[in-house]
Amino acid sequence: MDCVEQSNADAEAPSVIDRYFTRWYRADMKGKSCEDHCILQHSNRLCVVTLAETHPILQDGRTIKSINYQISNGCSRLNNKVSGKSKRGAQFLTDFAPLCRIMCSDDTEYTIYSCIRGRLLEVNENILETPNLLLGKPATEGYIAVILPKFEESKSITENLLTREEFESVVSKRSLSQPP
Amino acid sequence: MLPLKEKDKPIVQKLLTAGCCARCVLRFCCVSVQAAYRQAQHETLKELQTFIMEKENNKVQDSAEIKPHNTELSQTVEDPPCKKAKLDPTEAVQSETDAAAMVTLKKESSVCVVCLGILQDLCGPDQAAKIAETVKAQNYEFDTLVLSVSLPAQLCVREHSCWVHVKKEVRQKGLVLDKDDVIQVKEAFKWVMQGLVTRQLEGVAVVSKSPFEVGVEFTHPNTESDCHFLAKCCPDCFKPTKNKQSVFTRMAVVKALEKISDGKFLEHYPCPPSEQSGSCTPQDIQCLHVSVFIAGRYNKFCRSLPQTPWVIDGERRMESSVEELIAAPILSAFRADGFNFSSSGREDVDVRTLGNGRPFAMELLNPHRSRFSKVEMKQLQETINKSSEKIRVRDLQIVTREAMSRMKEGEEEKTKSYTALVWTQKSIENEDISFINDIKDLTLDQKTPLRVLHRRALAIRQRVIHSMNVRFVDSHHFYLGLKTQAGTYIKEFVHGDFGRTKPNLCQLLKTDTDILELDVESVDVDWPPPIPE
Repeated sequence: MDCVEQSNADAEAPSVIDRYFTRWYRADMKGKSCEDHCILQHSNRLCVVTLAETHPILQDGRTIKSINYQISNGCSRLNNKVSGKSKRGAQFLTDFAPLCRIMCSDDTEYTIYSCIRGRLLEVNENILETPNLLLGKPATEGYIAVILPKFEESKSITENLLTREEFESVVSKRSLSQPP
Repeated sequence: MLPLKEKDKPIVQKLLTAGCCARCVLRFCCVSVQAAYRQAQHETLKELQTFIMEKENNKVQDSAEIKPHNTELSQTVEDPPCKKAKLDPTEAVQSETDAAAMVTLKKESSVCVVCLGILQDLCGPDQAAKIAETVKAQNYEFDTLVLSVSLPAQLCVREHSCWVHVKKEVRQKGLVLDKDDVIQVKEAFKWVMQGLVTRQLEGVAVVSKSPFEVGVEFTHPNTESDCHFLAKCCPDCFKPTKNKQSVFTRMAVVKALEKISDGKFLEHYPCPPSEQSGSCTPQDIQCLHVSVFIAGRYNKFCRSLPQTPWVIDGERRMESSVEELIAAPILSAFRADGFNFSSSGREDVDVRTLGNGRPFAMELLNPHRSRFSKVEMKQLQETINKSSEKIRVRDLQIVTREAMSRMKEGEEEKTKSYTALVWTQKSIENEDISFINDIKDLTLDQKTPLRVLHRRALAIRQRVIHSMNVRFVDSHHFYLGLKTQAGTYIKEFVHGDFGRTKPNLCQLLKTDTDILELDVESVDVDWPPPIPE
């Protein structure tokens, strides 16, 4: 009885993401198997970079040892300072710009990438304090970064991304090709 | 009878020779008797010519029979009697002055080199009739009007040139002619026109300050380049404006003329000014009534109505808007050309405004009608309320411009109350949420919400929720009442905005929460004054 009620309630639940965002995907980022990213594109053209549910970090009970926004000697995403309405001073990102490196408890290391071109507005500092947010709520509180694409490019950035349906078919093809 | 003195003779002589019209001559003689300007031009010219022909030595004339000057005007001069210009043609003596008089007679019908016709044929009963006709046609409600005159900037240059021309003459006689004593062309024009316009408009007083302004503008394209040399001589006076309009504004030209030395001026500009064959061209007469301000409070009962028109790329995304629904009947009642709408804060498209409503104020631009009684305002309020179910207004009243700032106060400083319908992911019971009733003065750190971050600066705002109360609905829903500081983002407090608002309701209830509906219950600003129903 409870389960039915629960699922009914969930079915009604109009999530914030469903109301305001469109989900886009980048599968196997940089050729690395299953390192899937999910870009949440807001109706106002802002994009939130998140891990897709299929990303290895979220599989096999991994826990996070460290998250590092220092992506090179000269560049830390934490130093990103943005001012004013036009977001001056923001680091400009291209598709393959690294956002952060995540080290897991089993010593596997993953780099999370921007996936789209645009100005970096902020990176999620909450996950530095509470890495579990990334594991428990990868699509919301565990987000990685917020990016503002150029106005002229706001439609074209999705050309290289997969829609939810396209992504789901990519994922289902993977499990088909998995060895029994 | 012109109030001229002996010392004025050389000025009159010089100016008439130079090509000035009769009224401009009076101006340079500092004649401030308005009636002198209202006299027909050719009469004034004749008197001036006679004046200069008069002998300097008065003894001869005193002994001769004095024929009284026979015009009506001699009885209407208000000033104390001055030395009169005497008509004594039989005593005309062949002299230099006669030769000069012949020269001035030739120039009687030509365009004045200073005013370019403004004080000649462009000011008189015909123009007054045109003005009156335009004013009547545009159907304004008014008791008085102010006449505003816009003259081409190059008239200042010509004026300056004439002044330099007579300055020399005046100094030789040991007198001083201060530029400020010279009567302005604008003033003389108004002295002539005001009475004429009043007569045409059945007694409406033309005053110096009035909410209703009638603007006459003149241009003279042929002489527009007269000013250009000033830009080279005094470049700092002429800053390019953002508009495409000419940089040679009247103010800039006047400033430059104050700065430039006489020597420099004479290098670049003829003295006296050049003759022109055409007069100024009158532009269309513009009528403008000062703005009227309307205030009130509005309710919004619809969850799909934006406050201002929602247009993207020229396409309207949502039908109508709060401001359009309120403005339409008001614009038509006041017969205004346009409006500026502002309110004490705003609500989202999908949020209702209940209770006493939100204060708003509207500036009505160029209202053709501006006087409304309290009863009429009540009726107007009724009309607005009947016109749509989506909004409602109350306390509709006319206010002053200063009142607008009182309204904006509320936006930053005053508290607001809301009711939100909250959904919870986990199942809840009344006991689970009752602790919320006891939370007082909860300080939030709100990063700029993602939904507005594209057009606002990224910042963290501290806002206080003064108190809350809950009303249980079912295992996944409850109503949350909040009283908050102005500028608090309620939706983001409820769903957390990706954890960017802290603390948030999800954290307090330890479950995912979302907001299904939001209503504004009250905007706690005690302005505008309430009008009893």
